Amino acid sequence: MRAPLLQRVDTWLRQALPGLLTLLLVLLSVAPLRLPDYAAVTPGLVLISVFYWTVHRPDLFRPLHACILGLLDDVLSGSALGVNAMVLVLVHWSVVSQHRFFVGKGFALVWSVFGVVAPLAIALTALLSLLAARVAPDPAVVLVQALLTIALYPPVAWLLGRAQRLFLAGL
Amino acid sequence: MAFRRQGSVTRLAAPFRGLAQRNAALGLVLLCAVLIVVGRAEPRLLERLRTLVLDVAGPVADAVSQPVVASQRVADRIAELLSLHSENAILREENARLAQWQVVARSLDAENRELRRLLQVPGDPPLGFVTGRVVANSGGSFVHSVLVLAGSGDGAAKGHVAVAAEGLVGRVTEIGERAARVLLLTDMNSNVPVVLERGRERAIAAGDNSGRLRLLFLAPAAQPQIGDRIVTSGHGGVFPPGIPVGAVVGFRDGVALVQPFVEAARLEYVRLVDYGLGGILPQPAPPPARSRGR
Repeated sequence: MRAPLLQRVDTWLRQALPGLLTLLLVLLSVAPLRLPDYAAVTPGLVLISVFYWTVHRPDLFRPLHACILGLLDDVLSGSALGVNAMVLVLVHWSVVSQHRFFVGKGFALVWSVFGVVAPLAIALTALLSLLAARVAPDPAVVLVQALLTIALYPPVAWLLGRAQRLFLAGL
Repeated sequence: MAFRRQGSVTRLAAPFRGLAQRNAALGLVLLCAVLIVVGRAEPRLLERLRTLVLDVAGPVADAVSQPVVASQRVADRIAELLSLHSENAILREENARLAQWQVVARSLDAENRELRRLLQVPGDPPLGFVTGRVVANSGGSFVHSVLVLAGSGDGAAKGHVAVAAEGLVGRVTEIGERAARVLLLTDMNSNVPVVLERGRERAIAAGDNSGRLRLLFLAPAAQPQIGDRIVTSGHGGVFPPGIPVGAVVGFRDGVALVQPFVEAARLEYVRLVDYGLGGILPQPAPPPARSRGR
C-alpha cells in the first residue's frame, strides 16, 4: 500500500534535507558578499556541511550527493572541474569508513576530528588545483582559510543540528 | 514463476550491489580524476557541460544572492548615516576639485575634436555592451572570478572586456546563454599588457591570486613610483588601450605592486564591452580576406 501523495512528498523532502541544505551553502558560499578581503579567504561552508551530514546522517547523505554538489561548486566558483568534488567525496569516504568511531561521541570530539579533516581537505584542494590548473595558492591564505573553517564549524553545525532535530527527528 | 525469476535476479544482483555501494566512493573519485585530467588536457570537451550548469545555476545564484545583497544594503545604509557629516565635507571638497577638472576636460575635448577634424582621424566605432549583475564571487585562494548574469543571449561573448566605473575588471572566459564568467585581473592566469601612464613604459600586470597585481617585464630604466597610474596598453589585442587598471602601491623583491582600481569584492554591476578584439582566445574562423585597395 502506498502512502498518500502529500505524505510521500513530505518524506522525500525531509530525506533530501541534508543535500538541499548543502546545496544552499554551495550557493551562499559564492554569493557576492561585499566585504573587503572576504573573497580571498572564503571559509569552507560546504566542507562543514558535508562533514556534518556524513557524521550524523550518512544514510541520507551519500557519496553521490557529495560528488554532485562538489561539481556544482567547481562550476560556480570557476575551479577546475572535479577538484572540489573529489575532495568532498574523499571526506565523505574517510568519515564513513570511521563511522563506528563517531557513534555516541560528543560534539567536542567530532569538532576536533573536523579540526584534522578540514586542513587536510583544504590542503588537498590546493594540491589538486595546482595539478589541474597550475594555480599555486598563497600558503598563508590557505592556512587562514583552514582556521576560519574550523572556527565556523560550531555555529554552522549548531544550525544544521537545529534543522536535523526539527525535520529529521523521526526519520 | 515470475516471482521466482525476480527473486533469483535479486539474489544474483545482491553481491554486485554491495560491491557497487562499497565502491561508489572509489568510482566517484575516479570519475573526478578523469574530469580533472580531461579538463587539463582537453578543456573544450568540458566547456559545454560547464556552460550548461552555468546557465542553470546563474539565475539560482542570483535568487540566493538577493537577500544577501539586501541585508548588505541595509548595513551600508547605516554605515552611510553614521559617516554622513564627514563624507559630506569630503564630497564638497572633491566636487570643487572636479568642477575645475570639468572645465579642463571640456576645453581638451573641444581641442581634441578640432584636431581630429583637421587630421581627418576616423571616429571610433560605437561600442556594443551589455550590463550584468554580479551574482557569484568565487573568491577562495584558488580562483578569482565572478559570475555575471548576462550571456550570449544578451549579446555578450567570450573575450569581451569587463569594465566597471572605476576601470578594468577582467575578461569573459566562459559564456552561457544567460550567464558569463569573468576572469578577474587578480587571478593567477590573468596577464594584462599595460603602460605606465606617466612615462609610457610597457609592462605586464600579472595576477597572483592575492588582491594585487605584479608589474612584470618592465624596462629596467623605468622607475615606477608609488601612486603612478597604470592603464591598458592594447598590445596583444585582448584589451583595448587606455582603460584604467590600478595604481602602484609598493614594491616587493624589486617588483612593483599594483592595487587595482576596481575592488572585486564590492562589484555589483559590470559592463561586458565588445571592443571587437578577438585577442588570443580561440575565435570562429574569419571570413575569407577581401582584396583591399582598387
